[in-house]
Amino acid sequence: MELTLWTYEGPPHVGAMRIATSMEGVHYVLHAPQGDTYADLLFTMIERRDRRPPVTYTTFQARDLGGDTAELVKRSINDAVERFRPEALLVGESCTAELIQDQPGALAGGMDLGGIPVVSLELPAYSKKENWGAAETFYQLVRALLKPQLPPPGAAKPSPARWRQEGRRPRVNLLGPTLLGFRCRDDILEVSRLLGELGIDVTVVAPLGARPADLLRIPSADANVCLYPEVAGPVCNWLERSFGMPVVRSMPIGIGATGDFLREVTNLLEMDSEVIAAATNAEAEQRSRLPWYSRSVDSTYLTGKRVFIFGDATHAIAAARIASRELGFQVVGLGSYSREQARDVRAAAKELDLDALITDDYLVVEKAMAEAAPELVLGTQMERHSAKRLGIPCAVISTPLHVQDVPARTSPQMGWEGANVIFDTWVHPLMMGLEEHLITMFRHDFEFTEGHRSHLGGAPDGAGIEASGTKQPTTGAAASTETTTATAVASAAAGATAAPAAALAENGLHWSPDGEAELAKIPFFVRGKARRNAESFARAQGLHRIDAETLYEAKAHFSR
Amino acid sequence: MGAVAPWAPAVTAGGQESSSHLPPVLRESGQREVFCGLTSIVWLHRRMPDAFFLVVGSRTCAHLVQSAAGVMIFAEPRFGTAILGERDLAGLADANEELDRLVRDLLERRPEIRTLFLVGSCPSEVIKLDLGKAAERLNGQLAGRVRVLNYSGSGIETTFTQGEDQALLAMQPLMPASDEPQLLIVGTLADPVEDRLIDLFGRMGIERVRSLPPRRSTELPPVGRGTKVLLAQPFLSATARALQARGAELIPAPYPFGVEGSRLWMRAAATACGLAPAAIEAVLAPLVERGRRAVAPHREVLAGKRLVLMPDSQLELSLARFLHQECGMELVEVGTPYLDRQLLAEELALLPAGTAITEGQDVERQLERVRAARPDLVVCGLGLANPLEAEGIATKWSIELVFSPIHGCDQAGDLAELFSRPLRRRNLLQFS
Repeated sequence: MELTLWTYEGPPHVGAMRIATSMEGVHYVLHAPQGDTYADLLFTMIERRDRRPPVTYTTFQARDLGGDTAELVKRSINDAVERFRPEALLVGESCTAELIQDQPGALAGGMDLGGIPVVSLELPAYSKKENWGAAETFYQLVRALLKPQLPPPGAAKPSPARWRQEGRRPRVNLLGPTLLGFRCRDDILEVSRLLGELGIDVTVVAPLGARPADLLRIPSADANVCLYPEVAGPVCNWLERSFGMPVVRSMPIGIGATGDFLREVTNLLEMDSEVIAAATNAEAEQRSRLPWYSRSVDSTYLTGKRVFIFGDATHAIAAARIASRELGFQVVGLGSYSREQARDVRAAAKELDLDALITDDYLVVEKAMAEAAPELVLGTQMERHSAKRLGIPCAVISTPLHVQDVPARTSPQMGWEGANVIFDTWVHPLMMGLEEHLITMFRHDFEFTEGHRSHLGGAPDGAGIEASGTKQPTTGAAASTETTTATAVASAAAGATAAPAAALAENGLHWSPDGEAELAKIPFFVRGKARRNAESFARAQGLHRIDAETLYEAKAHFSR
Repeated sequence: MGAVAPWAPAVTAGGQESSSHLPPVLRESGQREVFCGLTSIVWLHRRMPDAFFLVVGSRTCAHLVQSAAGVMIFAEPRFGTAILGERDLAGLADANEELDRLVRDLLERRPEIRTLFLVGSCPSEVIKLDLGKAAERLNGQLAGRVRVLNYSGSGIETTFTQGEDQALLAMQPLMPASDEPQLLIVGTLADPVEDRLIDLFGRMGIERVRSLPPRRSTELPPVGRGTKVLLAQPFLSATARALQARGAELIPAPYPFGVEGSRLWMRAAATACGLAPAAIEAVLAPLVERGRRAVAPHREVLAGKRLVLMPDSQLELSLARFLHQECGMELVEVGTPYLDRQLLAEELALLPAGTAITEGQDVERQLERVRAARPDLVVCGLGLANPLEAEGIATKWSIELVFSPIHGCDQAGDLAELFSRPLRRRNLLQFS
C-alpha cells in the first residue's frame, strides 16, 4: 500500500481513454464498476469537449458480481458496436474489473463484430499508470492496423530523402498529441507552422484528430516526429524497427530546443543547406520575443532566481534548459514522475550539477521543494498545493492539469510562440522588480507588506501570498495569518515545521533575538535560503548560537 | 426504437405499484452514468474539517477524488488514498500492517485530525479487505487521540450521495445514548441554512435542535427515545433506519426544498414536537409569503417549460415536485438512481398523477428518450451536460444541487434561480 494525497497520473485505462477520445472512429468498451464514468468529466469539463467520450462502460454493481459479468461484457460490446459503428474497437478493463478476470479482450475476439479491428488491451492497473496506458494503447492500435503493411524482413529502409526523387515536398507525422496532454492543441498548430515555413508537410497527426484510416497512412511519411515521448515513444520505436522510419526526438520547447529541433528535422530529411541555415539560432532569435524580453534590462532582476522544476520528463527537461540558459534562473531542483524517461531527466539534472528527483510521491516532492527553498516553482497542478503551503510563487508547466490550463486563447509551449507564452507565464507570479526593491528597503508599510505581490491584485492583508499565478477562489485565511508574522513565513519558506517559536532550529542550533531580527530583514522570498545557509554555516563552524554577526558571516561565506 | 413511451410495460412487471396511487415506475438497467459514493468526501471534508478521509482503493479512486476536488488548492489535504499495489493483491504484504503504517505516517503529518474515516472502495470490497476490523484495531492503538471509522463508498454498492448515508451510519455507534427530547436534523446542510433553521425552530418553541453530521466530528449529538428525526436529505435510508433502531422516531415529511416542501417539513417537525398549530403558523406564514415572492420571478422563466431529470443524487423527486408545483414546469421524466418508497412516500404523494419516474439507468436509451422529447431543460451530470448543450438542449448540472444552500423557505428563490439561470443565459447570449 502506498499513501497518496495527490496522484500525478491516473490509472492506465484513463490513458487508453485519452487515445480513444482523441481519435475519431474508435470506440472503447471498458469493463468497470458503476462510478468509473467519472472519467468522462475529464474530457467534458477539463477539456470542455462537446461530445461524450467514445467509451461504453459495463458499470457493474455488487449484485452483478453474483451473476454473469462476462455476459454483461459481451452485451456491452455488442450494443456499442451496433450503436456507434466504430472503425476500430478497443476492449479493456479498469482496476476493479482486473480483479474479477473476465478477459473482455478475449471475449471480444470470439465475437462476430463484422470484421472491425479489435484491440485487446492488457493494462496492469496495479503497477502501471496513465501515460504508460496511453503509450501502450497507441502502440497496440497502430501495430494492429499496420500489420498488413509490414515490409518483409530484411527489406531496404526507405530513404528519408526519397521526397526528392518523388518530386514532392518532404513530409512527416506528428505523433503523441492527445487530449489531457499539456497544450497539445496549440503545440500541433505551432509545430505544423514551423515545419510548413521550411517546406515540410505534415502527413498524419495522431492520435489527436486521427481516424483509424489515417493511421494506415503513417508509413507514407518520410519521418516521424515524436512530439510527446510519454505517449508516442513505443510507437515511434516500433515504426523505426519495422518500417525503417527515422524519428525526430528533440523537443521544440524553448528557443534553443526549437533551433535544435529544426536542425534535426532538416538534416534528417537531407534538405538544402539554405533551408537548414534558416533554422540557425540567429534566425530563431528574430522569430520569438523571448530572447529580447529576457535580454532587456527589466529582466536583470530575474538573474539567479532560484527555481524548482517538476513535471513529466519532456516538460521538466525543457523547462530546465529554458530556465537556466534562456531566463538566467538558477535551477535548484529538477525532477519528474515519468519513470520511463528517468534516464533523460538524470542526464539533464547532471548538467546542472543536480541530482534528479524521480518519484511519484507528492510528499517527497514537497519535501525536496521545501529543502531547496526556491523563489519560483515550475510544476504541475500538484505543485501548486505544496507551493501554496510553502508560500512560493508557482506556474504550471506540465500535466496533471486542471481546467484553467486548457485555455481558450492560443497558448502553445512549443516553437517561437510557445517561448513567448512561457516568458509571460513564468515571470508573472514573481514579484515585479520595483516592488521587490521597495519591500526590501521599507518594511513597515501598511499596504505593501511581507510577501505581498500587488500586481496579482490581492488584498494587502496577505491574500497576495496566494502561491499561484492564476487567482484561485480560496479564502487565503491560512496564508494571511502567515504574512503578518515574519517568522512564520520564514519557517514556512525554510520548510521547517510550523513551530511557533522559530528560535530553536534543528540540531540544537539556537537563534538569538538579534539574529532573528536580522533574518527578518531579509526579503521573504530569499529568507528561507538565508536561514538554511546560516544554520549550515554555524554547524560547520561548531557554533550553537546564531546571532546577527553569524548571519553576516554566513552571507559573506556563501557570496559568489 | 420503442423508447418513446416505455413506461407502461414496466408497471405491470413491477407488480403492486399500480394498486396504489403512486405513479408508475420504470426500472432500467444498463450503463449508469453516475458517481460512486467516494464523491461524498468532496463535501463531507468541509462539513467536518477535523476529519480525514482515507480511501483504501486503487489509483482510479485517488484520481476520482482529486479530479473532483483538485481544482481547489489545498495547503493541507483533507483526504487521501491508500493505493493497493501488486504486493497487496498477491498477499505478499500484510494489508493490516500496511494500513497501520500508512495511518501512522498520515497522523504524524496531520496531528490535528480527530476522526479518521477508512473508506472502502470497489477494489477493497472485491478482495474483501476487512476495513471494519482494521478500524477497530486502529481505534485500540489510537484511543484517546483519534477515532477511526469505516464505511464503504464503492461504486458497486453506493451511488454518489449514498456515500454520505454510509458515513453517517458509521458515526452512529459513537453517538451517545440519551432519551432527552430533541429534534435531530439529519443530512448535510450549509452552515447558514443550519443556523437559520435552528433559529426558526427555536422561535416556534423547540428548544433542543441538533444536527447530524455535526460541524466537528467529535461533537456528535446524542440519540434515544426522545429523539425526533427530521431528514433534510432524501438519500439517508440506512442512517434513518439505524437511528430508528436506537429508539428515535422518524418524522414523515416531504423534503425542505422550495416553499411548500419546507413549510410541510417544518410543520411536520413542529407538530411532532407537540407545538400548537397557532405557534407554528405564526412563524411559517411570513416565511411562506416571502418565499413565494422570491420564487415568482423565476416562475416566469420556468412555467410551462418541459423538464427531464437524469438520475444522480436521489434529490430528483423532491426537486421535480418543487419545480412542478411552485415553478409550473412540466415533468417529462424524473430519474433517480434509487427509490426508497418509505422515505419518499410524502414526495410521491405530491407529484402529479402519471409522472414518469425511472429508477436505475440505461444511459443510452435514456438519452434517446431525451432527444426524442426535446425538453426545455435537462438536469444531468457533468459527463452529459456539455455534450447535450452542444446538441442544443439546455442543461442544469445536477452536482451543484448538493453543493449549494437550497434548503428552507428562505432559499426557495435561490433554488429556483439555479434552474432559471441556464435558461436566462441562453436568452442572454448572442454572437451576432
